[in-house]
Amino acid sequence: MTSLDSAQGGVFNLKLGTGAWVLIGFALVAVVTALAVQAGALTRGDALYAVLVDPFVQMADMPDLLIQTLWDGFVAGMLYALIALGFVLIFKASGVFNFAQGIMVVFAALTLVGLHEFGFNAWIALALTLGVMFALAVAVERVVLRPLVNQPDIILFMATIGLTYALIGLGEFIFGGSPKVMITEELFLPRGSIDLKVFGGFVSLQKLDIAAAVIAFVMIAVLSAFFQYTRIGRALRAVADSHKAALSVGISLEQIWVIVWFTAGVVALITGIMWGARSDVSFALQIIALKALPVLILGGFTSVPGAIVGGLIIGIGEKVGEFYWGPLLGKGIEAWLAYMIALTFLLFRPQGLFGEKIIERI
Amino acid sequence: MFYREAGQFKTSYYADQAIFPILQDRIGVAAILFVAFTLPLAASDFFVGSVMIPFLVFSLAAIGLNILTGYTGLISLGTGAFMGVGAYACYKLTTIFPDVPIVAHILAAGFFSAAIGVIFGLPSLRIKGFYLAVATLAAQFFLQWCFVRIPWLYNNNASGAIEVPVRTLMGIDVTGANATPMVRYYVILAIVVAMTWVASNIVHGRVGRQWMAVRDMDIAAELIGIRLLNTKLLAFAVSSFYCGVAGAVMMFLWYGGGEAADAFNINQSFNILFMVIIGGLGSLIGSFFGAAFISSFPTLLKFGLPMVGIHIGSASVEHLTHFAIGALIIAFLIVEPHGLARLWQIGKQKLRVWPFPY
Repeated sequence: MTSLDSAQGGVFNLKLGTGAWVLIGFALVAVVTALAVQAGALTRGDALYAVLVDPFVQMADMPDLLIQTLWDGFVAGMLYALIALGFVLIFKASGVFNFAQGIMVVFAALTLVGLHEFGFNAWIALALTLGVMFALAVAVERVVLRPLVNQPDIILFMATIGLTYALIGLGEFIFGGSPKVMITEELFLPRGSIDLKVFGGFVSLQKLDIAAAVIAFVMIAVLSAFFQYTRIGRALRAVADSHKAALSVGISLEQIWVIVWFTAGVVALITGIMWGARSDVSFALQIIALKALPVLILGGFTSVPGAIVGGLIIGIGEKVGEFYWGPLLGKGIEAWLAYMIALTFLLFRPQGLFGEKIIERI
Repeated sequence: MFYREAGQFKTSYYADQAIFPILQDRIGVAAILFVAFTLPLAASDFFVGSVMIPFLVFSLAAIGLNILTGYTGLISLGTGAFMGVGAYACYKLTTIFPDVPIVAHILAAGFFSAAIGVIFGLPSLRIKGFYLAVATLAAQFFLQWCFVRIPWLYNNNASGAIEVPVRTLMGIDVTGANATPMVRYYVILAIVVAMTWVASNIVHGRVGRQWMAVRDMDIAAELIGIRLLNTKLLAFAVSSFYCGVAGAVMMFLWYGGGEAADAFNINQSFNILFMVIIGGLGSLIGSFFGAAFISSFPTLLKFGLPMVGIHIGSASVEHLTHFAIGALIIAFLIVEPHGLARLWQIGKQKLRVWPFPY
């Protein structure tokens, strides 16, 4: 499309991507709004004023609140990104859209807390939970993936939804359905908050959130090093590129699937600990886990950096939108804002920010 | 031997194009309809009210989703919300025009649902597969938010839910507290039979073939002159129409108000997707099988286990149901990825050649 279009471009032989056009659009709206406010055409009390000007005035007036909102969004986005990361790992290696990732997060956290309640030391419980996640990975490979190899994507997708239900039932049956409190102190996670003084106001950062951010960064670094420099990591990337080619050079698909599901399980456990520490551990988190889906759309299904950037965009966009524009619509727009952002984004760039261009545009 | 079309000759195109060209099929359908219409005379109110009515309502919703996912190949996770649109539209209609029969409102509500469905179906022109599924999640959460946040939709009730008014049809209470399960069952049955007949005609006709062509390969479909825009949006409209009617029926003739906000949440969407997949994608009879299976399974587990002497707490039953449904879905997908409808076909083939193996 590009070569043809630019050949016909004529005098304005300047080709701009959709992203640039969107930016130009935003800039135009901003300039027109500023002019309208200057000229007195747009005043306080107008509906347009409330949408286009007032939120920004608020942001400029109270920068400490803005920073607080951005930080909240950043932390939420981090957690979305971690869930999305689990999706991406599995999608890359096995082409399975693992709907159960969100539940694996809750299941891992629940197992950890449940085992601790049964009387295990926190660290032993952690080790045992890792064992459970490994057993889960093996079981998934044996029971779900192996018999369903070569089936259409939708069938595998449905199988992971079945897995979701099975995990919910299993977790609740063993550990009970009541919400539980995450064992933060036993795992030496910091509590309390740090108050920073900025722009004449206070910004309060939970120490736990800072720890979560640090741990998330460390984990992503370790994962990328693992993918880049180890033998297994190379094999994983080979499988992601082509199943057949990987098989032909002697990489065992079954083994890789177990490893990748286990890795996703470990990511899920860490996410579960972070998330459980912020609220409590229960299957109600499932709805929040669905938020990872718009993150995936933004970032693309196959890109690890995409999952992280997408998560941050969704997290921050959602919190800022809720805080500054939410009151206009009567609050609670957090519930769907992420999906709407993703939907609008899809219309302009269906392959995501960093995704491969595999989607047919028809 | 029992199911042979040999010897049944058609002498006109009209006869050849019949939906049930084989005599045995016609007898079977007649028998099923006879049983369905005489069932309330024999069965208890409990059975009719909590097994048959849910089954019929879910069948209707499953047919709706099957038109979209099974016939046109577009995955939707917004079924629950589209059902909700139907329910709320019906509520507003019957509030504004209380004298019009409720059945007319239920059917009219489907058109509102269809319109909303078309709007949220627009992204399907640029994306498909899982990306589309996530796009329909936007519909689910946005509409669900509307149901809670726009008080006009539920007439500013203090409860924040639909309060189903009493409506009569030919002097008999159809909705409200005094409507008996038997009356409600007959109304629902009539709606379901009529709409299944319409759906069957649609999917066997030109439109249905266009949908299937788009499902099988959209580029090829476009090449033979099918307009993707119209076809996909029509699928969204018809599918949402069925879901909307199912939602209105569910709220007015089954639930009778109450827990409205929860009835149309994301879990409902998944539930109906399960029915379609378990029943068989792209099969009307599969929709019925799937609905029967998923809607009656919890009831079976709840009342069946104590009957065979296993007593467990009701909370555990719920957890076990979850687990069993999950495990069954996986087992089903492994054994027969094409759903119960395929098993039905295999069974028919066996009947055809019995007593010989082939």
